[in-house]
Parts: sequence; C-alpha cells; structure tokens
Amino acid sequence: MTTETMTRARQRDYTASELLAVMAGRLLEDGQVVFAGVGIPLLAATLAQRLHGPGLTILFEGGTIGAFVEPGQLPPSTNEQRCTRRANMVLSSTDVLLLLQRGYVDIGFMGGAQIDQYGNLNSSFIGDPENPTTRLPGTGGGNDISSLTQMIVAMKHEKRRFVEKVDFITSPGFIRGGTSRRDAGLPAGGMYRVVTDLTVMGFDEQTKRMKVLALHPGVSLEEVRDNTGFPLLAADRIETTEPPSERELQVLRHLDPDKLYIA
Amino acid sequence: MSEAYLELRRRTAERDRSLREKVMSLEEAAALVKDGDKVGIGGSTLSRTPMAMIWALIRAGKKRLSCSRSIMSSEGELLFGSGASEHVLTSWFSQGIVWGVSKVMRLYTESKRARFEEWSHMAVGMRFKAGAMGVPFLPMRSMMGSGVLARLPDARQIDCPFTGEKLVLVPALNPDVALIHVQRCDAFGNAQMDGLQFMDIDLAMAANRVILTTERIVSNDQIRRAPDQTKIPFMAVDAVVEVPFGCAPHECYGVYEPFFKHLDMYAELIRKDPAKGIAHYLDRYVYGPKSWTEYLSLIGVEEMLDAARRGRRIHDD
Repeated sequence: MTTETMTRARQRDYTASELLAVMAGRLLEDGQVVFAGVGIPLLAATLAQRLHGPGLTILFEGGTIGAFVEPGQLPPSTNEQRCTRRANMVLSSTDVLLLLQRGYVDIGFMGGAQIDQYGNLNSSFIGDPENPTTRLPGTGGGNDISSLTQMIVAMKHEKRRFVEKVDFITSPGFIRGGTSRRDAGLPAGGMYRVVTDLTVMGFDEQTKRMKVLALHPGVSLEEVRDNTGFPLLAADRIETTEPPSERELQVLRHLDPDKLYIA
Repeated sequence: MSEAYLELRRRTAERDRSLREKVMSLEEAAALVKDGDKVGIGGSTLSRTPMAMIWALIRAGKKRLSCSRSIMSSEGELLFGSGASEHVLTSWFSQGIVWGVSKVMRLYTESKRARFEEWSHMAVGMRFKAGAMGVPFLPMRSMMGSGVLARLPDARQIDCPFTGEKLVLVPALNPDVALIHVQRCDAFGNAQMDGLQFMDIDLAMAANRVILTTERIVSNDQIRRAPDQTKIPFMAVDAVVEVPFGCAPHECYGVYEPFFKHLDMYAELIRKDPAKGIAHYLDRYVYGPKSWTEYLSLIGVEEMLDAARRGRRIHDD
C-alpha cells in the first residue's frame, strides 16, 4: 500500500476504541456462549448481539446468564443490576464461574493491561510484584476465564502493553509456549485471538507465539511490529479487515452514548 | 486431628439458633464484632455492599479486621483509610473501571501499610463454599501456572488421587462474622434477596456469626407465604438491623442504583491527594454525621431519589 492510500484510509470517522469494539464484536458468532469482562468486551459482545448474533448468550461473573444490556445503561462493572437486563437466569458468582470449569462456555472475552508473546496477561503488578511501582486491581474472574476456556483478548495496541515478558502472570495464556500450559495443569482452553486497534492476531500451533493474521485498513505490518515489544510472527497470507460500517458505528454509539467505555 | 472442625461445630452449637427476634441498632450490632476478627463482606463491587454496617464498624473504632469479599470497591478503601483493616482478601480491588485504578488502594498496598491478598474470583467463592460445607478444602482447576497461585502459601497443588491430574486445593474460609445486606428479612433473620446473590449464601453459612442489614423488616407471615424466596435461614443469623438505603452510595438491586455523582465526587477527592482525600471523606461522611439518616442527608435527597428512580427501572419491562 502506498503512503497516499494509507493516509487516505487513516482519515477515518471513528476512534481507535470504536474500531477495537467493532473488530472485537465481529469475532463472536451467533449461538456461542461468551463469558465477557467489563469495558470493550461487554460492549463488543452486546454489539454482536444487536448486529449478527441475536442468539449470542452473554455470561457475567456477577452471576448472569444471557443478558441483553440496555443501550445507554452500561454497567460500571459486571456485578450491577444493569448486567441482569433481560437475562434468562441469575445465579451465584461462584456457580457462574463453575460453568467455565464444567465446559459450558465457548469463548472468554477480556481486556488486558499487559500481554506477552504467549498471551499471558498481567492485571496485578507493574514492576516487581514484591515492590511494585503500580498495584493494579488484580484478576477478578480473569484468571478463571483464561484458565478454563478459549480466549479472545481485546486491547489497545501499545508497545508498553505488548511486552516480551509480563511482570506477573495474572491470567495464563500459553505460559512459556509449547506444551507448558497443558503441563502446568491447564489441559483445556487457551488463547484464540488477540484483537487490537491495529490488527487481529492468533497463535502459532507449535510454538504458541503470537502471530498476525489480519491488519485493519491502512495499517502496515511494520506499524504493528513497531508498536509491539517482542518479535511477532506473521501468517503467510495476511488478510485486511473491512472498515467499520456505518451501521456498526451507529449501533455502537447508540449503546454507549456517554462514551463510558469508548473514549 | 479434627480440632479445627470440632471447634467450628462448637462455635455453631454455642449460638442461640432458636426462632427468636434479634432486631437491634447498628451500634449494638457493631459490638458483636471484635478487633482482629475475620470479616466476610457480602455483595460484590458496587452491589449490595453492607455499607451502613461497615460505616458503623469504622465509627466504633474497630482495628485489624481481616476482610474478605468477592470483589472490593470503595468500602475497602474506607476500611484501609480509617485503620479498621490492614488486610483484605479479594479477587479485584478498585473503585470500578470507569474511575481508573483507585489511589487509596495503591497508596496503602504499595507502601505496605496494608495487604491486598489476591485470589481468583472462583477461588474466593470455593473457599466460602468449602466453609459452608464444613469441609477443609475444595479442589479446582484454575490458577495453575499463574503468578497468583505462586503467591498463595495457603493453596496447594496436588495430583488427583483418582485421575492423576493436577488440581488446586483451596482451604475453607470461615469468617468470624459475615456482614450481608438484603432487600428484606423478618425479625428472626429469614432473609430474601432479589437479583444477584454473589457469594452471600455460602458466606452466610460459612461464617460463625451473621449480621444482616436490611432495607426493610417484613412479617414472618410474609416470609412463610413464599419460603422458596428465603435465601438465608434465621438460624444462621445473629443480628437484624433495618437500614433503608443501607448500601449507599452503592446499589441495592431493584431498590436503588449506585449514587454516581457521589462516587464521582469521591473519586475526584482521592485522585488529587489520596491520603488527605480519604481523611477528608471519612471526617465528613463517616465520623461527622450523628446517624445513618444524617449521613444520607449529607449525600442529599436529590441523589437518593435519582438512584432510587434508576434502581426501580429494573422492574419496568
């Protein structure tokens, strides 16, 4: 792609967060059971319900099965009454998390503060865990979700977030790659996709290292690599995603008119 | 060998489990909690937080409370900032993502003035569940391979005696006292809960004492007309306190939503200077008012009505 066409594609009428939410929502399929975290995942899953997945079942760690979050009424976490709107059932937090362990969940869907080349996520400590420069809020259900099901992670693509080695493994991806996840006692699940405002990535089957599968319109592989703190693999044929449609952006903005999640 | 288990049963046997009235004031209920107690807190994040009871414990000058909850929000910061607690066991601790990472939590944990012991969300739940079941542990399949497990000397990894698989055993958590807020209960403590239960039923049955606060006390006849709605039985309950808006500024399902303006104000106050901000907040909203009613007046009737209007919307469909 020439510089000129890249520039043209970048003159876009949506923000990075909106792009991320749209691209993340597209990865979900109608009929799936999705365990969603707060923020972009909740928003993207709700967007998918409205667009192509009316039969998408969303679970929240507060104990909800099958919610349809109301436009303009986004919850401040996945533990408030707004998360139960039009749900089929509410049960205890422990019991909804146990659905992951029992195998009822197709996709775990989360954001992340820091991720490494094997998809390990850190949301606990920046710096040395014994003496952190920043104490982050911690795992919540993140560790349970990533330990027990297939994961899609949605996050902003920044070098300080995509690091060679996370300061702390809060939620395990493929740990040290190869068979190390299974060897650690996690035979099920694992990282499936990482979606950012630049790219959609998967993981190499053998080494379990992160791999570029598709680029968003106007984004080059070099740009992705420049914003990543470790060597990225790339698929033989890299796809280009379709830009967000007017309809997608319209529904998304209707869901979050106060820009609670989409800054 | 079975000392701990027999002690747990002894403490239960010693409680008056008869069908008796146990309505009291916040202050009387606070006297049931001792310095150094393990305190289990019901609800999660901004939901059904037993705020009035926590408020009363801070006002009573309690110290060294070891507090556990599925997810901690601003109530954990009040417990740290007031010196009532130096140890919190939870899976996530911050006011809420829309306010960023909480500055008071950071101040206290990073300076090591207080400890935030992090377990996975399911692990916290399984610990309460084991406590409720009267068994010393439960097995589970998450946390392995993570830094979370590596930092927890109280959890054990084993090879399953049946299948040989790796499993994590998490120990029972039996708090000395559980604080739980519900929409309604009778004078005996038969508690009905609407909406999300979180871990409250297991927490109530695991604890050695339960203090219930409630939006309203209803008749025992009303309870008996719908016993399937009773989620915590009277015999597990030691105190009943009627506290309307007892979760404010957090939410109580179907009654009121979070008081967002007040929570924004709190976040802004501690963002500028966490130490001074929390001290100012405690002075004004916890130590200052003469009663819970006066505390609510400080928050203001406009905010209360707005939160209540939003809270009741859940019944609209």
